[in-house]
Amino acid sequence: MATTISFQDTKKKQRGPAGVNLSAGSRTRRGRKLRDNLTGYAFLIGAIFCFALFQWFPMIRGIVMSFQHTKRGVTTWVGFDNFVRIVQDPSFWTAWKNTFYFTVLALILGYAVPFVVAILLNEFRHFKGYLRILVYLPVMLPPASALFLFKYYAYDPSDAGLFNAILKFFHLPTSQWMQSPTMTMPAMVIASTWMNMGAAVLIYLAALQNIPGELYEAAELDGAGLLRRIWNVTIPQTRLILALLAMLQIVATMQVFIEPLILANGAGTQDSATSVAYLIYQHGFFQNDLNGAAALGVIMLLVLAAFSAVYVRLTTKQD
Amino acid sequence: MSVPQYRKAAAIALVAGLGFSIAACSTKGSDDSGKDASGKTVITVDCQPDGSQKDLLANWNADVKAFEQQNPDVTIKSVSVGQQCDNPPDFTARLTGGTMTDVFYGYMTDLQQVLDSGQALDLTSYANKDNIPTWDSVDPALKAVFTDSGKIYAIPTKNYSMGLVYNKTLFTKAGLDINNPPKTWAEVRAAAKKISALGGGVAGYSDYSAGNTGGWHFTAELYSQGGEILSSDGKKADFNNPMGKQVLTNLKDMRYGDNSMGSRQLLQWADLLTNAAAGKVGMFIGAPDATTSIVQQFQGKYQDWAMAPLPGQDGIAKGTLGGGEGYFFRKDLTPEQVKAGLKWIAFEKLTPGKGQFDYARAKPQNQPVGLPQPLLFAAGTEAQKQEVDLRKANQNVPSENFGLFEATPVPIKGEPANAQAIYAVLDSAMSGVLTNPNANVDELLKTAETKTNQLLAAGS
Repeated sequence: MATTISFQDTKKKQRGPAGVNLSAGSRTRRGRKLRDNLTGYAFLIGAIFCFALFQWFPMIRGIVMSFQHTKRGVTTWVGFDNFVRIVQDPSFWTAWKNTFYFTVLALILGYAVPFVVAILLNEFRHFKGYLRILVYLPVMLPPASALFLFKYYAYDPSDAGLFNAILKFFHLPTSQWMQSPTMTMPAMVIASTWMNMGAAVLIYLAALQNIPGELYEAAELDGAGLLRRIWNVTIPQTRLILALLAMLQIVATMQVFIEPLILANGAGTQDSATSVAYLIYQHGFFQNDLNGAAALGVIMLLVLAAFSAVYVRLTTKQD
Repeated sequence: MSVPQYRKAAAIALVAGLGFSIAACSTKGSDDSGKDASGKTVITVDCQPDGSQKDLLANWNADVKAFEQQNPDVTIKSVSVGQQCDNPPDFTARLTGGTMTDVFYGYMTDLQQVLDSGQALDLTSYANKDNIPTWDSVDPALKAVFTDSGKIYAIPTKNYSMGLVYNKTLFTKAGLDINNPPKTWAEVRAAAKKISALGGGVAGYSDYSAGNTGGWHFTAELYSQGGEILSSDGKKADFNNPMGKQVLTNLKDMRYGDNSMGSRQLLQWADLLTNAAAGKVGMFIGAPDATTSIVQQFQGKYQDWAMAPLPGQDGIAKGTLGGGEGYFFRKDLTPEQVKAGLKWIAFEKLTPGKGQFDYARAKPQNQPVGLPQPLLFAAGTEAQKQEVDLRKANQNVPSENFGLFEATPVPIKGEPANAQAIYAVLDSAMSGVLTNPNANVDELLKTAETKTNQLLAAGS
């Protein structure tokens, strides 16, 4: 402590005889700065309050609940009992298997399609604006409405369904779509991709338009064809955006919920649509098991945190 | 106002707004004394019909007004929670969030959930003739459903059991006798085949297989075979047997053997009733109030629907699934609020000639009068006689529509413990036979049995 005082004194001394006045001036400046920033702090209170109330508090409350059990209004600490019980749930592994399957399919389809669409849009010389609006239009539809469209219009298992009518027109075998255990997940991914790709396309387009034209010209002079230009110029130049969207895609698709809820009326045929988020919903809102639901939520949080950590580590290394 | 001043004003307004928002986040209709500024006892009550049910809403509001005139020291604040008062996810969310009204609606199967939440008041000392004049006439079996460890926690207001609901118009078109509906599952299958042959996307027989409703109907159909979902000690699944197999085989035969159940499956409650109201369903199993929903919520016609007892494998069903509803009271109510709430429930739900039993008012509104349920009063009691007399005097639903159902009582069984969790498991078996032509019934039952036993072992 004495050393500190001595150091501060030394510093003041170094500032000359006006040191004391300087210190008072500094306090005045700090006071003025604080007053100037009061508006900012007031705005910040709102943001902090909203985050605390709607994000941090529920999250912490969920974690606490996952270690508790409530019976007859009496809450007791039960350690890891809820976690053990939830892992023993007969649908636990099915839900994780389905969720990973959805994530992988969404990564293949939902990740690649917007990139390809963005490249195509970028190549168009005319009607670019209209085409962008068209691609973005589904994002503006409420997800529930978009999914009901798919459910009753596109995925109708009879020949009257849109997709089945198209398949029939080309003399291809029709599908039961959501009523087929094998088609449930691909059908959910198709609907999800259609609903969500608009935003990704716009982000990709912005990234593509930032690539210097000279790079493509140089590649063309070197005799590179379209695919080679994409591979050697477009992808390396959009690497960061691609990596970021891949991460966001994984985190978002692992929380898949509304697609099974609406398209498959929940679990789908023979549990083929049960996702982890849907299982949380089942436990929390149908089975009077909020503590079990909270435990599953915590497990999901840990899995997503692990994914995020791996992502951060990989991207840091690359940078 | 300069820009910085404008910003400051906006910031102050934002903070003040947040403060007011927090202050506004209160669910109570009165202060802790349960009284308003004028000294009246205030209670909030849910399940007020919503705006789309115009007549029912007008009736409710008129009843509130009449009740308040009779009881000038009580104010009722009504809350609408949608057309389906107890949509399980909404109910759980409100219960968990502590935003239930003072007097709140729940299913018979909600008792444990409500008790676990610690929000239900013990009504034992209040539930008597002084507060509910017809209390001694209420069926003791219904009181028992809402009783736990000798204490009563809710007042029963509805009671039903399932039977075979059938569309008379489609029966007639298919050349079937509307006065002789199917009594066995084999007859259901034969009738379904004829009805689906009408074409136009009509399903001869329709059933649920999603959102836990598939398991619910599997249970009713298993009861019809004489089976049980759980062993007598409640520790093991008891449906993987010839009776459970028969339930799934009957459905699979109709779905894929005869193609008489329509192509669109994975149906849940609203899906099936929507199809039924559109005249696309010949038969399904349900309670008498299913026809009420078809008419009031899905714009169907009463004239189309009739009801028979639940079919069995070789004759009338050996058992049927029962259920019902009631009103719970919040734990933090004052004695005056509890008494006011009970008076209201008595007025609206348990008095012949009033509220839900005001048949003279319902008749000109084209509400159904003549349905055999809710069976709230015990047979032979004064209230039961009054209710039956009033019903007959105002009947607008032809008695023959429900005559067979009423004349052939089937033993009623309740839902199993852990009902929703088990129904979720059984949905999978139901969806298996209704969506997969190659479904192996034995495997489906075995899987469901294993999963149910896992659930029971884990105590979920």
